[in-house]
Amino acid sequence: MADLFTELRDKIENRQRITDAEALALYESNELLAIGELAALANERLNGARVFFNVNRHINYTNVCVNQCTFCAFCRKEEQAGAFTLVIDEILAKAGEAAAAGATEIHMVGGLHPDLPFSFYLEMLAALKKTYPVLHLKAFTAVEIDYFARISGLSIVEVIQQLKDAGLESLPGGGAEILNAGVRSRLCPEKISGERWLEVTEQVHRAGLKSNATMLFGHLETYVDRIDHLSRLRQLQDDTGGFQAFIPLAFQPDNTRIPGARGPSGMDALKTLAISRIYLDNFQHIKAYWIMLGLKLAQVSLAFGVNDLDGTVVEEKIGHEAGASSPQTLSKDEILRQIRKAGRIPVERDTLYRPLRTFAMDSASC
Amino acid sequence: MLTAIADKIAARQPLTHAEGCYLLQEADLLQVGKLADGIRRRLHPAGRVTFVVDRNVNYTNVCESQCRFCAFYRTAEAPDAYLLSYEQIFAKIQELVEYGGTQLLMQGGLHPDLKVEWFEELFRQVKARFPQVQVHSLSPAEVIHIARLSGLTMEECLVRLQAAGLDSVPGGGAEVLVDEVRQEISPNKIGWREWAAVMEHAHRLGMRTTATMMFGSRETPADIVEHLLRVRDIQQRTGGFTAFIPWTFQPANTELGGETATGVEYLKVLSLGRIMLDNIANIQASWVTQGAGIAQAALHFGANDMGGTMLEENVVAAAGCSFRMSQEEVVNLVRDAGFRVAKRNTKYEILEEL
Repeated sequence: MADLFTELRDKIENRQRITDAEALALYESNELLAIGELAALANERLNGARVFFNVNRHINYTNVCVNQCTFCAFCRKEEQAGAFTLVIDEILAKAGEAAAAGATEIHMVGGLHPDLPFSFYLEMLAALKKTYPVLHLKAFTAVEIDYFARISGLSIVEVIQQLKDAGLESLPGGGAEILNAGVRSRLCPEKISGERWLEVTEQVHRAGLKSNATMLFGHLETYVDRIDHLSRLRQLQDDTGGFQAFIPLAFQPDNTRIPGARGPSGMDALKTLAISRIYLDNFQHIKAYWIMLGLKLAQVSLAFGVNDLDGTVVEEKIGHEAGASSPQTLSKDEILRQIRKAGRIPVERDTLYRPLRTFAMDSASC
Repeated sequence: MLTAIADKIAARQPLTHAEGCYLLQEADLLQVGKLADGIRRRLHPAGRVTFVVDRNVNYTNVCESQCRFCAFYRTAEAPDAYLLSYEQIFAKIQELVEYGGTQLLMQGGLHPDLKVEWFEELFRQVKARFPQVQVHSLSPAEVIHIARLSGLTMEECLVRLQAAGLDSVPGGGAEVLVDEVRQEISPNKIGWREWAAVMEHAHRLGMRTTATMMFGSRETPADIVEHLLRVRDIQQRTGGFTAFIPWTFQPANTELGGETATGVEYLKVLSLGRIMLDNIANIQASWVTQGAGIAQAALHFGANDMGGTMLEENVVAAAGCSFRMSQEEVVNLVRDAGFRVAKRNTKYEILEEL
C-alpha cells in the first residue's frame, strides 16, 4: 500500500493522470490521511491556499415533477398536498431579497412540471435579468433541458440558445446522480439516461455556457460505479473544458424510497471528495456542498483537497426534505469563520470563479 | 519545527508548551493528524476501537455553580427544577441493565441539600440491586461540594463514597484547567488545583478516572496546551487516567453564547491530545458534540474509543446539540472506518468483540 501512495504522489507531481484501478485502490484503502494528503497536494498545485465561496440564493420554482425518483424527498405530484409552483412575481421577490443581501448569483432548479410551458422558463429568466441585471442566473439541470426540448418540440441546441438569449448564464450540474445505467434504473427509472445527461451537457458547453458536474453518492452504487462516473466526466471535460466544479452530493436518506440506503459515512464522504480531487485532474474546483455534508465535515474537507465551500444558499429545500440536519443558510461571516479556522484564505467569487474579494486569514497566536 | 517534533515523538520524549502551540497554531491539520495516528497505532496495534454501553443519569439540575457555559442548570426555585428520587434512579438503571449496559454515569448539579449520606445510601442500594453495574459518577466539583456540605475533607468524602460503591470518577468539570479561563466561564466552580487534587486522590485510592476538556469558549490556544500539560503531569505521578475526552462548548441557551468550535479545530485539538498525552492509553471521540461523521473521522486523528452509547443524555442536549446513536450505528461506523470494534467496561477491559 505504501507503494500505491508513493506512485500516486509521483504522478500528481508529474501531472500524470491516475487510472481507474488506482482510484479503486484508493477507495478500498482505509488510509484516510494518506488519501487526504494526496488530494491536498493535487489541490495545492491548482489552487494554493485559497478557498472560494459565493453569496447566492437558491430558488426552487416548483416541486411538481413527472419523474418520481426514489432518492428524492422533494418532488410532489400536482394534486398532492405540499405541491407548489411559484409565479414570476414570487420568484422576483425572492431574487430581490437576495440582491438586497449582496448576492451575486441565483441558483434555480425545479421539478419537471407537467403543465408549465417552455415559455414560462424563458419569461422567468427574462424577468429576472431585466429586474436584477447584476444577478448571475445559474439554472436548470440537463434533465430539465431535455424535458424542455420534449415539451417545446425544439432541439436541445435550440432550447439552450433560447434560454441563453433569455438570460441563462450557466448550469449548476444536477441530475447526474450516478451515470451508470444499472444504478439509474433502480434510482431514477424515469429520468434521462447517463448518456443523455452527458450529451445535453456537451451541448451546453458548446453553446458557451459553463456548468458544474454533480454525483449523488451513498445509496445503491458501488465504488466502481462512482469511478465510472468520474471517468465519463473527465472524458467530457477533455472534449469541452466546460465544467467548473465537481460537486459530490452526499445522499440524504429520510423520506426517500430506497430501502436500506443510509447515506455515506463521514469517512466515505471525505474519501470521495479527496479521490475526486485526485482523479479529476482537468477540473479546477472541487466543491463541498455543506447542505448535504454538514458544515463540520465540509470544513474538514478543506484539508482533503476541496477548494470551494459553496455559498450562503438562503433557502434550501431539496436536501432538507430528505432530512439534512445542516442549517438552511449560512451567513457570509460564518463562511469566512469556517474557512479561516481551517487555515485557508477566503475568496468571495462570482459564479464563473472570478475573485471578487480576497479576505485576510486568521491571525490568532498562541 | 515539525521534523524536530516528529523526532521527539519517535524518541518518546514529551513535547514542550511551545511545541504544542506550534502544532495547534501553525501545523497543517493532516500533519498533526498523522503524528497522532502514529501514536494511536503504537498504543493500539490491533486496530481495535472500543465503546461502552452506558447511561447518563442526572440526579438533579439544581446547581449552585451556575456556570456561564451551561444550559442545563436551574435554580432551586425554577419551575422545571428537579431532583430524582431513588426509585426513579433505580428505574433508569433497570432500563440500562435490560439494554445490556454496564456503566452508570451519574452526575448532577451542586445541590444545596444533598449531603454525603444521600449518596452513600444511593450507591449502597445501587450496588445491592445492580452488582454488575459500574458506578462511574460524581465529577470533582460535586465531590468537593458534597464534602463541604457534609463538613468533611475532600479525602474523607472520597473514601466514604468509595466504600459505599463509587467505582470511578468521570473527568467532567475540567473545562479548561487554567484559572483565568475558569474565572470567566465558571466563576463559582472549583479551581484547576482542586480538580487535580480530587483526581490524584481518587487515583491513590485505586479508582480510575477520565480527564475531559471543554474547549471553544473563551480560552486561548496556549490555555489548551497548558491544560494538556497539567493532565500529563498528574498522569506521570499517578497513572490513574484511563482516557482523555476533549469536547466542544455548545453555545445554545447558555449565558456565554457565541459560536461552537469548528470541525477542524475539534480534530486538531483531539490529535494534539493524543500526541501530548501519550501516557494516557485512550482518547475518546465525542460523537455527542460532533456528530457521527466527525467522530468517525476522529478515529484517523488519534481517537481509539467512541465513548458511551448514552441511553440518556441531558446536558449537551440542553445546549441545543442532539446527535443520537444506537449501538448498531456505533458498530457500523467503526467498521466502516476500517477498524475492529469491541464493547468494553469502564476500566477499558474488553467485554465482547463484535
